[in-house]
Amino acid sequence: MKLFSDVNMHVHCGQLTAIIGPNGAGKSTLLNAILGEVPHTGNLHYVDAKGKHTGHPVIGYVPQHLRFDVSAPTSVMDIFMACLSKRPVWLCSSEKFRTRVTEDLARVQAEQLIDRRLGALSGGELQRVLLALALDPMPDLLLLDEPVSGVDYNGHVRFYEILDELREKEDMAIILISHDLRLMAKHADQVVLMDHGIVTSGTPEEVFGNPRTQEILGLVPGLTYEKEAR
Amino acid sequence: MELVYSVLGVLFPFEWMDHIFMKNAFLAVLLVTPLFGLLSTMVVSNRMAFFSDSLGHGAFTGIALGALLGAVSPLASLIVFSLVFALLITYIKNHSRTSADTIIGVFSATAVALGLMLMSRGGGFNKFSSYLIGDILSVVPEDLSSLAIVFILVTIAWAFLFNRLLVLSVNAPFARSRGIMAFFTESLFASLLAVVVAISIQWVGILIINSLLVLPAAAARNIAANVKQYHAVSVGTAMFSGITGLILAYYFNMAAGASIVVVASTVFFITWMLRGKFLK
Repeated sequence: MKLFSDVNMHVHCGQLTAIIGPNGAGKSTLLNAILGEVPHTGNLHYVDAKGKHTGHPVIGYVPQHLRFDVSAPTSVMDIFMACLSKRPVWLCSSEKFRTRVTEDLARVQAEQLIDRRLGALSGGELQRVLLALALDPMPDLLLLDEPVSGVDYNGHVRFYEILDELREKEDMAIILISHDLRLMAKHADQVVLMDHGIVTSGTPEEVFGNPRTQEILGLVPGLTYEKEAR
Repeated sequence: MELVYSVLGVLFPFEWMDHIFMKNAFLAVLLVTPLFGLLSTMVVSNRMAFFSDSLGHGAFTGIALGALLGAVSPLASLIVFSLVFALLITYIKNHSRTSADTIIGVFSATAVALGLMLMSRGGGFNKFSSYLIGDILSVVPEDLSSLAIVFILVTIAWAFLFNRLLVLSVNAPFARSRGIMAFFTESLFASLLAVVVAISIQWVGILIINSLLVLPAAAARNIAANVKQYHAVSVGTAMFSGITGLILAYYFNMAAGASIVVVASTVFFITWMLRGKFLK
């Protein structure tokens, strides 16, 4: 089954590339293809600053929604330990490891959540915890599949501020699937419109100004204006 | 063995501990129930209750084949069959579009029917009926040493496997992005379950073995807030039910396996009523 074809794109370090498109356009599938979850033809090249081929970069991934049981007795600390430590979670963790997790969480302003159950987190909190997890070890490429619902507007704003900071500090490439075009216009360096393939790509102004974009997404007029006015 | 018996006699100066068969059964409970408590956590978290149930049903065919082949020991044949059965279900589940419960249902029904067919050949079904309810009072010291080996192996495997299983239980694509091989991890877990079910089925019984893989963790989930509490309460529930059930069975002359399960379900309902006090 072919979901999309002819996807060619360059993603640079220190840049945020936003992927937009209607539901079912293949956005999440593209991230899964980059992760190697979905079989695909074509190649992914990872090239360092000198143009040399590098092997496999560290990829961080923040899934769109975790379909997990909210009653599961798994705390934030447990999931960090399961992902980052060889020691089984049912044994005690070392003081040193707990410090590491606290630092990871502090990066996304979530250190107070360390002993909360995953199921008791709000959408925005869960998203930040998953981001913190995706940032240890620090990835070269960060893939973010933004939740469609469950995160309030303030949560989104906070999340993008954290991303801006990361991009500057850690010089990583970020590919983000988003549904919030306003925030995209403000934070993305490059926007890619997908609909079973790439329709158009470029700076936010170029993409949002393209009549095809307006046709596919039914954009609110005034979005591009807002960007200029910023 | 004599030393262990006398230690038990000193530690538990009660009438039920006076008999050698009760001492053996008590030791077997101490070795087997913690394993059920451990495995139970991920059976429940990964929604594998139906799968583990099918392993018990698969034992019908495993036992029948063992009796038919004759040459090898029935237990060895049962373990090998359970492993093949578990891995086959896991493989087909991962490589087909049919939903997991349908596939498990198909395998489970086939195994029961095939097993009954083979067992009833020539009207000899009665000699297998003890497998249905199990008999933990018939444990002998040789069984205990093999149970001890399984206990050690499963605990080691659990330490190796658990973190991956936990991440997998949260979300599969996420686990994959952290470099966890889902199929491999799931197959290992299925194999562990198969082995533990196969070796304990003659003591616990086909009809109720699955409740020991569901009830301890189900009870623990009502009150646990993290993985350590989950494990502690699950293993604790399994062991408490095992020992209490055994003593009840002795005094009231009932099937031990069934008594153990009834105690475990009582613990479940108590924790269920208390859940609001622990989880907010």
